[in-house]
Amino acid sequence: MKRVYFDYAATTPLDKEVLEKMIPYFSEKFGNPSSIYSEGREARKVIDEARQKVANSINANANEIFFTGGGTEADNWALKGVAFANKNKGNHIITTVIEHHAVLHTCEYLEKHGFEVTYLKVDEYGLIDIEELKTLIKDTTILISIMFANNEIGTVQPIKEIGQIAKEKNIYFHTDAVQALGNVPIDVRDLKVDLLSISAHKIYGPKGIGALYVRKGVKVDNLVHGGAQERKKRAGTENTPAVVGFGEACYLAVTDLLKRNQKTEELRDYLIKSILSTVPNVQLNGHPTKRLPGNANISFEFIEGESLLLSLDLVGISASSGSACTSGSLDPSHVLLAIGLIHEIAHGSLRVTLGKNTNKEEIDYLLEQLPPIVQRLRDMSPLYIQGGK
Amino acid sequence: MYTDKVMEYFQNPKNVGEIKAADGVGEVGSPACGDIMRMYLEIEDNIIKDVKFKTFGCGAAVATSSMATEMIKGKTIEEAEKITNKMVVSELGGLPQEKIHCSVLAEQAIRAAIKDYKSKQENN
Repeated sequence: MKRVYFDYAATTPLDKEVLEKMIPYFSEKFGNPSSIYSEGREARKVIDEARQKVANSINANANEIFFTGGGTEADNWALKGVAFANKNKGNHIITTVIEHHAVLHTCEYLEKHGFEVTYLKVDEYGLIDIEELKTLIKDTTILISIMFANNEIGTVQPIKEIGQIAKEKNIYFHTDAVQALGNVPIDVRDLKVDLLSISAHKIYGPKGIGALYVRKGVKVDNLVHGGAQERKKRAGTENTPAVVGFGEACYLAVTDLLKRNQKTEELRDYLIKSILSTVPNVQLNGHPTKRLPGNANISFEFIEGESLLLSLDLVGISASSGSACTSGSLDPSHVLLAIGLIHEIAHGSLRVTLGKNTNKEEIDYLLEQLPPIVQRLRDMSPLYIQGGK
Repeated sequence: MYTDKVMEYFQNPKNVGEIKAADGVGEVGSPACGDIMRMYLEIEDNIIKDVKFKTFGCGAAVATSSMATEMIKGKTIEEAEKITNKMVVSELGGLPQEKIHCSVLAEQAIRAAIKDYKSKQENN
């Protein structure tokens, strides 16, 4: 059976071009980048080149890019690193209720260590209120951490406005841009971002590597103590093939970005429009326009997300849901609850994320398979009465 | 994560539907926790002649609903009352640990439907 992948926000396949660049650095060119002889120098050179490519993709300088073990590590480091390095200035952090758990759980940890965290609410589309943010800033506020784009509903925040406010108030601004890179143009100078997290496997790069951009001059505690790697901030021998792959993936992610987005947005809008017009009792979650080009998040009333995912999987379709059963807890997604969905609507959400290789045939296959599956599950549901509520 | 048997029951559940003028109906769970199970019983001479269910829930909830209805069909009320979620899970070849709570609903739905039947009998 053919498989159709619609979970590009979860992870992406490694690009063939990226893989080819990586291969020599596993076995053939295996030198330790810290060694002074030829093999080491060669590895050092490609790491420097990759760092420059990563920097270019967000308009940073190469010496502001620190490689990490992924997006989660970058988020952890940004929050803990800034909090502990600046605690003499204050102990207050502002974030949002819809952050990824990499940020939320780090905030919970910091709360246990004497920091005060304020969680900004969002509106029905998942957007923060800039005016509310301004009122929450205190003399003790040292960090604002607000995600660039949400992983579940795709809502893109007004990052430039937040950056402006943070700069005026002299507060560090971190943004989790794991979902944004390769989907939204990012210019850290223009946006006035101080710290930014990114991850390779979301942009057709390898898993297990990401980076934290730290603007020159930002005070952040070292993350891993050891050797001189990553300017002593994150010690440990570099994962050369992964670094090389990440560099190449970043280069490809920003090449032809707007052209790629146009195609993806067209397909996504076709998908959303078709579902909303053919399946009754559905709603789009997230913002109608301020959303990631490949994100469609739709709730189907009267049915539960895991059943929907299992049914789709049986016909070869991979997607995601915000239902409790897929979150590993009894509660549905915190993001869907934060935008005001009642539990049963949140449980019945389906996230379909498109990638650069998604084509119309794949969308049409989903559109063909989805309605009968939804109907079958509704027919089985005690909440469903034919013709509506 | 699910056994083949669970997937088979999820894909082709038995006894889905409603019984008009059922002798006993039990509904358990809540939309908040993501699982609702409604069970309908037709009882004659203390025997469960027919049973149907409707479930809003995950794969485990659907599969356990289906299995539970099969296990009580044709049984006496006393036999049906002895069915536990562990027996249902074991018939399905096991469930992932985090899904065990879904199977409790099947047991609760049977008991709720029988309770409803008994209270109707008393009122008659």
